[in-house]
Amino acid sequence: MSALDLTRLTAAQLSELLSSRTVSAREVAQAHLDRIAEVDERIHAFLHVDTDGALAAAGAVDEARAAGDRLGPLAGVPLALKDVLTMRDVPTTCGSRILEGWRPPYDATVTRRLREAGIVILGKTNMDEFAMGSSTEHSAYGPTRNPWDTERIPGGSGGGSAAAVAAFEAPLAIGTDTGGSIRQPAAVTGTVGVKPTYGAVSRYGLVALASSLDQAGPCSRTVLDAALLHEVIAGYDPMDSTSLAEPVPGVVASARRADVAGMRIGLVTELGGEGYQAGVRQRFAEAVKILEGLGAEVVEVSCPSFEYALAAYYLILPSEASSNLAKFDGIRYGLRVGDDGTRSVEEVMRLTREAGFGAEVKRRIMLGTYALSSGYYDAYYGSAQKVRTLIQRDFAAAFAQADVLISPTAPTTAFRLGEKLDDPLAMYLNDVATIPVNLAGNAAMSLPVGLAPEDGLPVGLQIIAPAMADDRLYRVGAALEQALFDRWGGLLIEEVPAR
Amino acid sequence: MPENPSAITRDQVAHLGRLARLALTEDELDHYSAQLADILAAVARVTEVATPDVPATSHPMPLRNVFRDDEPRESLSQAEALAGAPVAEDGRFRVPRILDEE
Repeated sequence: MSALDLTRLTAAQLSELLSSRTVSAREVAQAHLDRIAEVDERIHAFLHVDTDGALAAAGAVDEARAAGDRLGPLAGVPLALKDVLTMRDVPTTCGSRILEGWRPPYDATVTRRLREAGIVILGKTNMDEFAMGSSTEHSAYGPTRNPWDTERIPGGSGGGSAAAVAAFEAPLAIGTDTGGSIRQPAAVTGTVGVKPTYGAVSRYGLVALASSLDQAGPCSRTVLDAALLHEVIAGYDPMDSTSLAEPVPGVVASARRADVAGMRIGLVTELGGEGYQAGVRQRFAEAVKILEGLGAEVVEVSCPSFEYALAAYYLILPSEASSNLAKFDGIRYGLRVGDDGTRSVEEVMRLTREAGFGAEVKRRIMLGTYALSSGYYDAYYGSAQKVRTLIQRDFAAAFAQADVLISPTAPTTAFRLGEKLDDPLAMYLNDVATIPVNLAGNAAMSLPVGLAPEDGLPVGLQIIAPAMADDRLYRVGAALEQALFDRWGGLLIEEVPAR
Repeated sequence: MPENPSAITRDQVAHLGRLARLALTEDELDHYSAQLADILAAVARVTEVATPDVPATSHPMPLRNVFRDDEPRESLSQAEALAGAPVAEDGRFRVPRILDEE
């Protein structure tokens, strides 16, 4: 089998070939490393490719299989890891100069679980600095390009993970989603991305942006692949005090079930009207028709407080981020600037942070510092926390009427590099439909539903489920994916021009 | 609520820079005072619906204290903990002077 064929397969297909020993894990890893060498100079999905580590991990899987060990379904399948999760002795930068050259002394729980499942980690993917952004242009190491059109953004903050999957550099990737950083990149790259319920996946070793919002999750080209990865990374972890003790819902079984007959699907009135691109609305409406055709009951639900979600988010997130990023002070790890023996520790910290952080990070640190300062705290941070309550109430009311909610994932398709780079408010609007989920802590998925007629770029549909009902995302997502597959005669991503 | 949240001044930005330990340049002070004013004007909308009867939510799930058994276990060695330090000396982090600050 040629190397090109191996990179075009899904994780589920690779799993079958690996377990039947039709191919070796080393062959699969090498094929993907070759693909990265071929296209990543252009795409720039990776900040670091761990060639030796990947081949060694793949070799270990092959040996274990030869010895007759029982292996998990994804053993030997390659994966790209977002550079915000620590991986022992492998550079972890979070897309920032302030961590350039840092090699963590420990694995994140997600990384450990991936290794234990025999998943082969190819390298670390590019991202907006400390996950702040919707385009990956805020990476200190240069932007990632969208495989559909390399003059356009791949979404953010996890643009590297989504682009790696879309460009067939890896069948699977890990992203993190604080306000849409898995789902919006999935939408604009024609891939699948899932933000699990808050607390379902351990945050130990995930460099925190906003601790009450951050959640790691799977990126893939199919719903079933996302489910297989979801089951590997989810589960209780005593190293994370916010980790949920409840059992992980059976997401793989739900993805295989792929049936929406009798389910109630809620259209959120506030998400998808004015401000949404015509082609996005058109493809979304067609998908709704398909779901109805599959036997789902579609109802309209109203979530009036969602109008205030973006404002609340841009107070809560900067407030938490300004606290979390205080640890980058040039003392224990990373960059130190201006330590010439005459300057005080405070001066060195100021010079280090000034040199080490980019524009968007500084903007949000100052915004958070302002929102938390005495005299403004109640009006800004306090009010934003009340909006969070209102959003939770809206979700509770909506889920009384519907099993899942749906909306477009993002208001537009991928925009051009540079278009919104110094217009923070325009950039923030990309996440208007994804943010309410993070504020409430429930689960959501984005999957591709076609190309917008006006620009030929992918459109994503978002499915939202109640907390700990992540399995519903996979039931609905897989049913819709199957119907679209039958209509198109294949997956949308197979049309991607980046060869 | 501040009278006019969009009236954030250059001096206020400089003060925020000091609080946040950022040695901002003159250009940044100009640029950020305009941008922060725009952002604050947009996010101040939260006050429209944040009425006194609505309780605040800090976290998506109810938080509880988590304890573990007090048992010795493996942790990072001193060398591992210091491996990423910009400057280390005699098994410790070396820091710039901390006394006699302005």
